Amino acid sequence: MKDLIEIRWHGRGGQGAKTASLLLADAAFNTGKYIQGFPEYGPERMGAPITAYNRISNNPIVIHSNIYEPDYVVVVDDTLLETVDVTSGLKNSGAIIINTLKDEDYLKSVLKGYTGGIYTIDARKISLEALGKYFPNTPMLAAIVKVANIMDDQDFLNDMEGSFKHKFAKKPEVIDGNMKAIEMALHNIKKIQ
Amino acid sequence: MSIRERLSGNEASAIAMKQINPDVVAAFPITPSTEIPQYFSTFVSNGQVDTEFIAVESEHSAMSSCIGAEAAGARAMTATSSNGLSYMWEMLYIASGSRLPIVLSLVNRAVSGPLNIHNDHSDAMGVRDAGWIMLFSENNQEAYDNLIMAHQIAENSNVMLPLMVCQDGFITSHSIENIELIEDDKVKEFVGTYKPEHYLLNPNEQIAVGPMDLQAYLFEHKYQQAEAMRNAKKVILDVADKFEKMTGRKYGFFEEYKLDDAEIAIVCMNSTAGTTKAVVDDLRAKGIKAGLLKLRVYRPFPVEEISKALSHLKAVAILDKTDSVNAAGGPLFEDVTSALYTQNVHIPAVNYVYGIGGRDTTTKDISKVFEDLQAIVADNSKIDNPYRYLGVRI
Repeated sequence: MKDLIEIRWHGRGGQGAKTASLLLADAAFNTGKYIQGFPEYGPERMGAPITAYNRISNNPIVIHSNIYEPDYVVVVDDTLLETVDVTSGLKNSGAIIINTLKDEDYLKSVLKGYTGGIYTIDARKISLEALGKYFPNTPMLAAIVKVANIMDDQDFLNDMEGSFKHKFAKKPEVIDGNMKAIEMALHNIKKIQ
Repeated sequence: MSIRERLSGNEASAIAMKQINPDVVAAFPITPSTEIPQYFSTFVSNGQVDTEFIAVESEHSAMSSCIGAEAAGARAMTATSSNGLSYMWEMLYIASGSRLPIVLSLVNRAVSGPLNIHNDHSDAMGVRDAGWIMLFSENNQEAYDNLIMAHQIAENSNVMLPLMVCQDGFITSHSIENIELIEDDKVKEFVGTYKPEHYLLNPNEQIAVGPMDLQAYLFEHKYQQAEAMRNAKKVILDVADKFEKMTGRKYGFFEEYKLDDAEIAIVCMNSTAGTTKAVVDDLRAKGIKAGLLKLRVYRPFPVEEISKALSHLKAVAILDKTDSVNAAGGPLFEDVTSALYTQNVHIPAVNYVYGIGGRDTTTKDISKVFEDLQAIVADNSKIDNPYRYLGVRI
């Protein structure tokens, strides 16, 4: 991992992009990193576009501003691709990860010639199969950890199991499903560029 | 051994309050400080503290309840933001004038109108003459540490003044970051038990709190209050020394970041200081002698110390996250320049009003300020307009 990784999340209110950014911060924290996880608060309502951010570093992080030139962008909802400038400032040395079934030609056209990595994942299918409900954030969390090489798969799985046991202490029945969603996501990321 | 954790500024503040375990917390929710009483009420329900939690119907009542509790002899705390603090305004003066060392966690937010929930310092700056000690915090760690130190400062018999700990709404209150927590038993020992000298529930001494105080004595009482604020300077440093011995973390009136050999510098408070440090590092790597003075203690204002720390600079920019709307300059600018004048320090100084209503302040914005300072130095210290804006569309 390079010294400072900056990540921007695009999702819609209710899909868990904020929670995913906080879980990512948690996971990286548990490997000894310095982290920031913060959403950009606006007039929140279900379905409205929302943005969340992560900084992950080996050194203390002092900057307190939004991220304008991210290394990675995660798009939790592909209906945002035509309404939000998701590649704005995205470094060509980085990558974008999109939850989508759209084809390569369509994606390349809406990403306006972005020359960095483009990855897709069908988080809907994974979530429905593993959890029986559509919660795209867990598969997307696994995808960014894998693509950005934030930590080893096994370390990540171990760590998430601990986090879920804590987070879902009152709903233990969803822990296995979330773990299954992560495992499936780690093996179902497609690189299209 | 300290405890390595990751918490938001609000979580960190609530945990500090849990460790302090005050007798009374009275609060009314307002964004972005809502989570502090929310988390704290959970601690109450879980029996992790034995605090009397009063869910009042307004901030005026929150501060009134704290006043009543402190007057009775209890240790009382609250949290608020923005218009919540405005609604307490009348009672803030009664708290300080009655010499009640209440501690308030203020999560800074723009005061309406128009309505805005995001960060600036207009709430805190609106009460800067209310007689409260005011500490500012760069991040979750400092918000936590300042709260742990708060009672030892406020309750000192030479001080007896209320104290507020400020942090930036959302920017630090809602950002999860690394933090080092102190063990519960160490905090308990550090904060100690509150033993007021005079209090209403003392059966052996009958007193009145807040009676009529006319021409014969009010002036003397106000002078004593002002003396207490002057006394607070030494106490703040003594408590910081004690805190450093416990944690290794050093606090003073302000932090000087690469300031001692700097030629140009920024003075600011709260989270922008962190962003400024990143820019100072970049400029230093290019051989530019940039520095930062991050003010922690805004009230009492460290006139002599700040003037001395800035005296060698070729130019300084003072950043205000509020506008005084006075056609003269922001409050921090006026305090710093007034200090410099009275201490006979004559250096070129400019003011930037920035970050109003949550306008994001980036490293690029801060770089622009340093570029302007370099231009002032290059142009023989000529300053056309010292009252400037950063990041506004004009």
